[in-house]
Amino acid sequence: MDVFSSLMDGFATALTPMNFLYAVIGVVLGTAVGVLPGIGPAMSIALLLPVTYALEPTSAFIMFAGIYYGGMYGGSTTSILLNTPGESSSVVTAIEGNKMAKAGRAAQALATAAIGSFVAGTIGTALLAVCAPIVVTFAVSLGSPSYFAIMVLALLAVTAVLGSSRLRGFASLGLGLAIGLVGLDSVTGQARLTFGQPLLADGLDIVVVAVAIFAVGEALWVAAHLRRTPLNIIPVGQPWMGKQDWKRSWKPWLRGTAFGFPFGALPAGGAEIPTFLSYVTEKRLSKHPEEFGKGAIEGVAGPEAANNAAAAGTLTPMLALGLPTNATAAVMLAAFTSYGIQPGPQLFESQGPLVWALIASLFIGNFLLLVINLPLAPLWARLLQLPRPYLYAGILFFATLGAYSVNLQAFDLVILLVLGALGFMMRRFGLPVLPLILGVILGPRIEGQLRKTLKLSAGDPSGLFSEPIAVVIYIIVAIILVWPLLLKLWRRNRPVTSFLPANASRGSEPTDVTRGSVSHGSHRADGPADGDVGRDGDGDGDG
Amino acid sequence: MTIVVGYVPTPEGEAALTRAISEARKSNNTLLVINSSKGDALVDNRYAQEPEIQSIEVRLATQGIDHVIKQPVRGHDAAAEVLDAAEEHDAELIVIGLRRRTPVGKLIMGSTAQRILLEASCPVLAVKAGMAG
Repeated sequence: MDVFSSLMDGFATALTPMNFLYAVIGVVLGTAVGVLPGIGPAMSIALLLPVTYALEPTSAFIMFAGIYYGGMYGGSTTSILLNTPGESSSVVTAIEGNKMAKAGRAAQALATAAIGSFVAGTIGTALLAVCAPIVVTFAVSLGSPSYFAIMVLALLAVTAVLGSSRLRGFASLGLGLAIGLVGLDSVTGQARLTFGQPLLADGLDIVVVAVAIFAVGEALWVAAHLRRTPLNIIPVGQPWMGKQDWKRSWKPWLRGTAFGFPFGALPAGGAEIPTFLSYVTEKRLSKHPEEFGKGAIEGVAGPEAANNAAAAGTLTPMLALGLPTNATAAVMLAAFTSYGIQPGPQLFESQGPLVWALIASLFIGNFLLLVINLPLAPLWARLLQLPRPYLYAGILFFATLGAYSVNLQAFDLVILLVLGALGFMMRRFGLPVLPLILGVILGPRIEGQLRKTLKLSAGDPSGLFSEPIAVVIYIIVAIILVWPLLLKLWRRNRPVTSFLPANASRGSEPTDVTRGSVSHGSHRADGPADGDVGRDGDGDGDG
Repeated sequence: MTIVVGYVPTPEGEAALTRAISEARKSNNTLLVINSSKGDALVDNRYAQEPEIQSIEVRLATQGIDHVIKQPVRGHDAAAEVLDAAEEHDAELIVIGLRRRTPVGKLIMGSTAQRILLEASCPVLAVKAGMAG
């Protein structure tokens, strides 16, 4: 199918008044949740999911896409004006952005962030429209063993590469997989982890799990840390940019896009690594290196472009393979399933109009976001003056309503509270939320592929290695798992061996350091102001 | 004896502080500056940040006034914090800034100044912006 004509059809669908209205609602809501730390697009989509059951799936997804992109825009406002990243992907923006704001250049920082996000988002979406069908043609040739391998890679990579502690990551993944197992075995019909409770036989509804972990867990966490020294917001007028700012911004925008999209599209990409890489690159290439650390506009332009391009990149595997790599994509995938749409490479075939309307709405959403963010950024920042008890009361109300409306069973509310307590404990002990959500959503699908593979090979485990792509992916998995051990060994041995090649080892050291700090800053995303500010309630910025 | 002043970084708060300083100098009393926040929102522009506090500190020190600056964040509203401080230090005078509020605004948000005026057990001096004298 011709990409261009399908895309134009998509625009036709997305521009109908009703769908356009949902796009507007989506971007406004997305910006709002992006501005507020601790509330992310994943949480909002999970909360809205039960409310949107009555809608046309296309409208619902147009709204979700708006929320997703809006979250990426909104995060930068908080980073710049408050030095408190609204999303973990905006952590890097805060470094230079807040310095700029303190130097009285908040207007320029906000402008370069918004316009850079628009440029990167548009290029990224165009790349998505071009790449996704190509990935699909490749993906339909893959069999179950390869799928199984790719999913294993995605789960392990997200768990092991992102986050400050692998142990915590894997603990979280294990919890997620266990929650995903609850219910009847799809092949044999055996009850698993139901504890004799018939209500558990259908498994845990993904909406209930997501709402509990994101919304209830975060609300409990905030309630436990309610009192905090408030900050002042830096006053700012209309965002604008001078000629000099444009000249210094456009290259970082393009470079940021080049970093962001591929990293977003990789199964372990996430948005933090490309934003950090973009920051480091701009620092190195800048003609004004002395300004870095004091508010260099390049340090805002690059990372902001990178995180928006990564957002578009993330949708590539989500739409083409049914493989989510961040929390928002995971919840959107769950939304597909709850509408009875089977995600995977067949998606473009079976739901062509929906997918293309979704992609077209991303272009529209991007444009809308530029329009509502450029002039209104200071207004959005005022959301931060909202007393949090009111805010979280509203969230809990929606969470309860949503969880109950899924099956109209009071039992779901019990599950909501139990899993909400789990979400709170995870935040308390620093367990990242993302692996759990991916585990819950991908767990049953990965199991299905494994069962299929083993059935084809009559139970012989060697069937898992029957496709060359699967073997290659297992090698990558092995490298990801063994890499830190090798690094540790190498570091331990280095003092002995580094007498002669001292120069060589010094040359390679900076890369280690940057790698280390990437994964460090990413998951916890501790705001500079206080420990739990940037703790992204839903681990969204991971992609 | 102590003079308590409810400070917010606005023209009204500024006026109250200026007046309180002259009162404290006249009567040679300790000046207790209260700037509080409920602390339940991420941003509170009525809560003074470090540089502002420091400049007040310097201002008071150069005028040779015996002073204490407190910034309680305990989830109480500003009126309660000022009244508490006045009670605790057996204040001789409370100085506050007044601003115009619509009846509806007062109905919804309540009025800090009104609560202090009605509940204080010592004289209250209310100052409007630009008339610190």
